[in-house]
Amino acid sequence: MAFETITKPEDVRASAALTEDIRARFTWDDARAMLAGLPGGKLNIAHEALDAHVAAGHGADPAMTWLGKDGARRAFTYADLAGQTARFAHVLRAHGLGVGDRVFGLMGREVELFVAALGTLKAGMVFSPLFSAFGPEPIRTRMEIGAANALVTTAAIYKRKIAEWWRDLPSLRLILIVGDDAPEGCVALGPAMAAASDTFAPVPMDPEDTALIHFTSGTTGQPKGAVHVHGAVAWHAMTGRYALEMRAGTRYWCTADPGWVTGTSYGIIAPLVNRVHMLMDEGEFDLDRWYSTLQDERIEVWYTAPTAIRMMMRAGDAAAKPYDFSALRFLASVGEPLNPEAVVWGNRVFGRPFHDNWWQTETGGIVIANTQAMDIKPGSMGKPLPGQVAGIVERDGDGVREFGEGEIGELALRPGWPSMMRAYLHEQARYDKAFVGGWYLTGDLAMRDADGYFWFVGRADDLIKTSGHLIGPFEVESALIEHEAVAEAAVIGLPDETAGEVVRAYVCLNPGFEPSEEIEKSIRGHARRRLGPAVAPREVVFRKTLPKTRSGKTMRRLLKAREMGLPEGDISTLESDET
Amino acid sequence: MTEDEIRAAYLTALTSVAPDIEAEAIGPDDHLQEDLELDSMDVLNLVAVLQKALGVDIPERDCPQIATLALAVGYLGRRLAG
Repeated sequence: MAFETITKPEDVRASAALTEDIRARFTWDDARAMLAGLPGGKLNIAHEALDAHVAAGHGADPAMTWLGKDGARRAFTYADLAGQTARFAHVLRAHGLGVGDRVFGLMGREVELFVAALGTLKAGMVFSPLFSAFGPEPIRTRMEIGAANALVTTAAIYKRKIAEWWRDLPSLRLILIVGDDAPEGCVALGPAMAAASDTFAPVPMDPEDTALIHFTSGTTGQPKGAVHVHGAVAWHAMTGRYALEMRAGTRYWCTADPGWVTGTSYGIIAPLVNRVHMLMDEGEFDLDRWYSTLQDERIEVWYTAPTAIRMMMRAGDAAAKPYDFSALRFLASVGEPLNPEAVVWGNRVFGRPFHDNWWQTETGGIVIANTQAMDIKPGSMGKPLPGQVAGIVERDGDGVREFGEGEIGELALRPGWPSMMRAYLHEQARYDKAFVGGWYLTGDLAMRDADGYFWFVGRADDLIKTSGHLIGPFEVESALIEHEAVAEAAVIGLPDETAGEVVRAYVCLNPGFEPSEEIEKSIRGHARRRLGPAVAPREVVFRKTLPKTRSGKTMRRLLKAREMGLPEGDISTLESDET
Repeated sequence: MTEDEIRAAYLTALTSVAPDIEAEAIGPDDHLQEDLELDSMDVLNLVAVLQKALGVDIPERDCPQIATLALAVGYLGRRLAG
């Protein structure tokens, strides 16, 4: 069924930060002009986010309201956060860390995570956020690849996921524990912060100096550490304004987990750089709590994700009825494609449509978006933002072939915008492989229509997108075969109406083990302990053999096609089939 | 259904959705997400399993009412009686 285009009234169009006129006249100077900068062409993300506002006389402006799970409420001004991050920077220095050292953050939506991220950047060190629901295995792998020098976490996470192995990681010199007490060998953050000075001049950085490492999954091999630089903040500033309608004082709520790139780029950096008043809710999704928060906090701009939106839809329109959403002026969604039904539902229930946008860890910020001034075609990711050139291509030898409108190919971008990744850590070959014929190839299949709107079609590889998390099958399979009963494993994503996709594993058992419900639960339990619930398979099914190519590679796409009743495609390399 | 039967059904459903958890280790006030580390998809799956096992409808907005064993036993008891 085709969905009707949602047209914007003239007053909404005129109120947009990115009007057709601004779009037409855009130059990179416009983005650079949004930054304060430091003398000598230097800059620092933390300076842009906090100290520059304080220096300009906005220290008393509200920066963040934090809602605790238990009903606690804490408010922070820009001056408060500037002071807290200064203390954190001093704590790192006092423990012998210096410019370029790598600090990992591992916790939920706690104030200390924001302080740690910006305090690390302020000190000229590199911050890397980790998803706190990861099991010990993905955490360790990422900290090894990133050669972590310090970790900031909570006592509970430390005990469950870190204590056993961290002494085997030679680079790791400091573990900071939120609160007033710390286990042996760790440092309690509370007293250390209290003893530190609340002034610290942000270290002037070159725009090309590394600021952040965001890990993302690969189809094969280890996760990749995408390297981002301080200069990326120009794109965060600009997209916050143009794609998310942030203005000084905007009451803004980004529901993304701070352990992923959205939670950093649009949960910390872009809102603060744009001097908004952001809301942070420590709790997980809860229908009535979310509706109440939108209403009571008078949220104006809300950036959320398809899984949450679909959970709200499932509860029905009536559940939203008692609430007043009149403060909302812009709704956006990211993480995976938002289905057209959800766009239309949002328009009915909130009086405004969700604006889907597209980007990925590698791009560092929003690239293709439905903006306030645009009419919305439900199901489309929108159009490239100013400064972006997107194409639909196919690899063709050492170059690419470009496709025209209506044709499906790989979504490709012309590199060069400020927040584009600069490297995959220690993996030059993998990085180089992503660039062909002057394009960066995204790994997503898409189509461009006659009006220039882009439409997501699927992944070009075996990566799985579930509840907004990008999962590499190899990492899951590696954990599965560590179970004593599992000889071989193949992992795919199957469509799910709420999560987008769910992870399913196919396993072959070792001799002496027979398929049973007990073994199935034992394997899933093992995977959840190692990987965490978001990454572990929700279903495990048994096979005698898996479909393999002549070179012994498992054909995951064949398993998926069969499961979904789709054509099997080219199976000329199939050597042995599944049984 | 008796309270004990409801408790047993809840624990069976929970450990089938999250087999990393031992039924014996679950305290009456352990919160599904805060303490037992289920994610929101796990909670949806738990609701689906409970609905099927007990033949009751659990609306989306009632999810907080099954967030601990103690809450769930009370809530499901009322649903089954009602």
